[in-house]
Amino acid sequence: MTGAPTLNPVAKLAAALILALGLIFSVDWVSALTALVLEVGLLLVLRVPVRQMLVRGGVVLLAAALTAVTILLYGQPGGTVYWHFLLINVSDGSITLALATFLRVLAIALPSVLLFIDTDPTELADGLGQVLRLPARFVLGALAGLRLVGLLREDWQYLGFARRARGVADRGRLRRVAGQAFALLVFAVRRGSMLATAMEARGFGAYPTRTWARPSPFGGREIALILAAFVIVAAAIGVSVATGHWNFIGNL
Amino acid sequence: MIRASARGWSWRHAGRARHAVRDLDLDIAAGERVLLLGASGSGKSTLLQGLAGLLGGSEEGDESGRLLVDGAPPAERRSRIGMVLQNPDSQVILSRVGDDVAFGMENFNVERSAIWPRVRRALDAVGLSLPLRRDTARLSGGQQQRLALAGVLAMNPGLLLMDEPTANLDPAGVLEVRDAVAAAVERTGATLVVVEHRTEVWLPVVDRLIVLGEAGEILADGAPADVIDTEGERLTRAGVWVPGVEPPRPPRSGARGAALLRTHDLSVGYPSGGCTDIGDVEIVGGATTVVSGPNGSGKSALALTLGGLLPPRAGRVEAAAGFGPAADRREPIGWRSRELLTRIGSVFQNPEHQFLTGSVRDELACGPRALGSDATTIAELCDALLERLRLTGLAEANPYTLSGGEQRRLSVATILATQPELIVLDEPTFGQDRNTWAELVGLLAEIVAAGTGVVAVTHDLDFTEVLADRRIELS
Repeated sequence: MTGAPTLNPVAKLAAALILALGLIFSVDWVSALTALVLEVGLLLVLRVPVRQMLVRGGVVLLAAALTAVTILLYGQPGGTVYWHFLLINVSDGSITLALATFLRVLAIALPSVLLFIDTDPTELADGLGQVLRLPARFVLGALAGLRLVGLLREDWQYLGFARRARGVADRGRLRRVAGQAFALLVFAVRRGSMLATAMEARGFGAYPTRTWARPSPFGGREIALILAAFVIVAAAIGVSVATGHWNFIGNL
Repeated sequence: MIRASARGWSWRHAGRARHAVRDLDLDIAAGERVLLLGASGSGKSTLLQGLAGLLGGSEEGDESGRLLVDGAPPAERRSRIGMVLQNPDSQVILSRVGDDVAFGMENFNVERSAIWPRVRRALDAVGLSLPLRRDTARLSGGQQQRLALAGVLAMNPGLLLMDEPTANLDPAGVLEVRDAVAAAVERTGATLVVVEHRTEVWLPVVDRLIVLGEAGEILADGAPADVIDTEGERLTRAGVWVPGVEPPRPPRSGARGAALLRTHDLSVGYPSGGCTDIGDVEIVGGATTVVSGPNGSGKSALALTLGGLLPPRAGRVEAAAGFGPAADRREPIGWRSRELLTRIGSVFQNPEHQFLTGSVRDELACGPRALGSDATTIAELCDALLERLRLTGLAEANPYTLSGGEQRRLSVATILATQPELIVLDEPTFGQDRNTWAELVGLLAEIVAAGTGVVAVTHDLDFTEVLADRRIELS
């Protein structure tokens, strides 16, 4: 469970999207750092457990660091070159860009991961259907389809066993996997159509309207979260422009 | 409770030459409980889907005549009709028990405040006392079927349609579901139409028996006892399990051979799941070893492990001297795929999992080809197997288009094609009608008499009684 289980998942989704969209237009380090600091503040206000922030944040940190190292070594050189080896160029330019990217990946991924990763698919579907009024056919079809993933994983395992049992697993690995993938596709289509029949048998799509058994409340807390996301984006861009670091899509 | 009727009703699936049901006239009174019987392909399922309003429009097939539920076409009575299908895991729709039961009511615009009390009542009615948030993937087959029934009962249907609701369940699950249905129709007075091969399970619940013939015509119709008396023999020939008729018994001849596999302190299980201790057992040639035990007791994992497909979780499986490909390679899990072919053949519960090609003939040729046999030998072998398993007319058909019984026969034939010394089968008789059952049992008796070892994981008590030479009981 997240530290903020009572928040509507639609609001969490919206907040994560706003932050991501607001932060992809520049690659300076100032806007990223500003956003990151404010986001951590927001997560603390939402009472996301610090332990969870560290564990999950650690994974994001690792991903961001790997991206940064790549850019540090291979990014476009500029200014003083500190180290040169084959294609590797560590320079002022690549150091600045690596740092900016590191902060930006963190600023975009951290709120998405911490806000969104534990969202229950059923609650999200309820939100999409009731708050955003997306078509029930689409939302519930996707939700029910999600359950097939587990069954298809089992199918894949058995399809693999079958290839070994039938004597064809010693050679031609690439071709075999392609054949197995095709067989899985056949299973997916069949299971999908059986699911559709089962849903139809329970009256899915019989009427143009439906009721929702589970409420999907969307109130002040949700609106506040979305506003907070806008404020963070505005502050990040504002500080960056004011200090002269803003550059629209990587204009270094 | 509502009545249902057919007036000169015919249905032909799009792209098929033959009618599934032709000129059917039928009246089912309100509150009647009907068991619908017939050979495979007699249009039972088609009739049921028609009554449920699920056959679709003219692009799905040609319809003539009329089907009426409560005096109107079924599609206009959808909220009064509930249907339960055969396969438990394709009927669960949502991931939480309560949500799954509520799903139908949401579709029919029941108010939220009315939904949850009805969810609890429906779960009570089928005897499922589970938390509403329980994960539906963790239910047993019998529980999943009762959940599907609860989802249907919550909508207060006047007509309950069931298409082989217990065919894929273990014996305990069969009774669970049957009793839940009986209690529900008793309480609500709903009209019931059920299709099922296993007659003796449902006879205590129904008060009328209808038998459909090959072309969907009515062969017999009346009180269950009368129909069984007069039509019993014909029903048995058509593959229906008629109560009181003994299962077919193939001649058995003892040929017990040497040990093929031995296990030592073996534990089996899927990498992600639990673990079952098997200990030390011996599998011998020329005998049938039946493995039984409740759902989730690790039977399928044991079959895969003995088949050299799933690594043991602990301990080991060892081939007897002379059975393995080399003296220092005793464990089947370490054999090459081709080395398994002539030693251990595995037949899975779902035949479709093991088909690799686009035609029945290629399917049979696949193993011998991997062994490097020449084309003439392969052709002769395939012809002989096609003949023996009555699949000659289907040699060019796609395996996926065969009926359940044909698929089962083919999956066994593909294994026989490479003549392994040991055959491991997982639920070979699941959901099969009496005719396919008799063929399979006869075939297995024959290969055992010829010295092959057979291991069968099964719930089927008749199968065990007729074939078991040795038994492994898991708990």
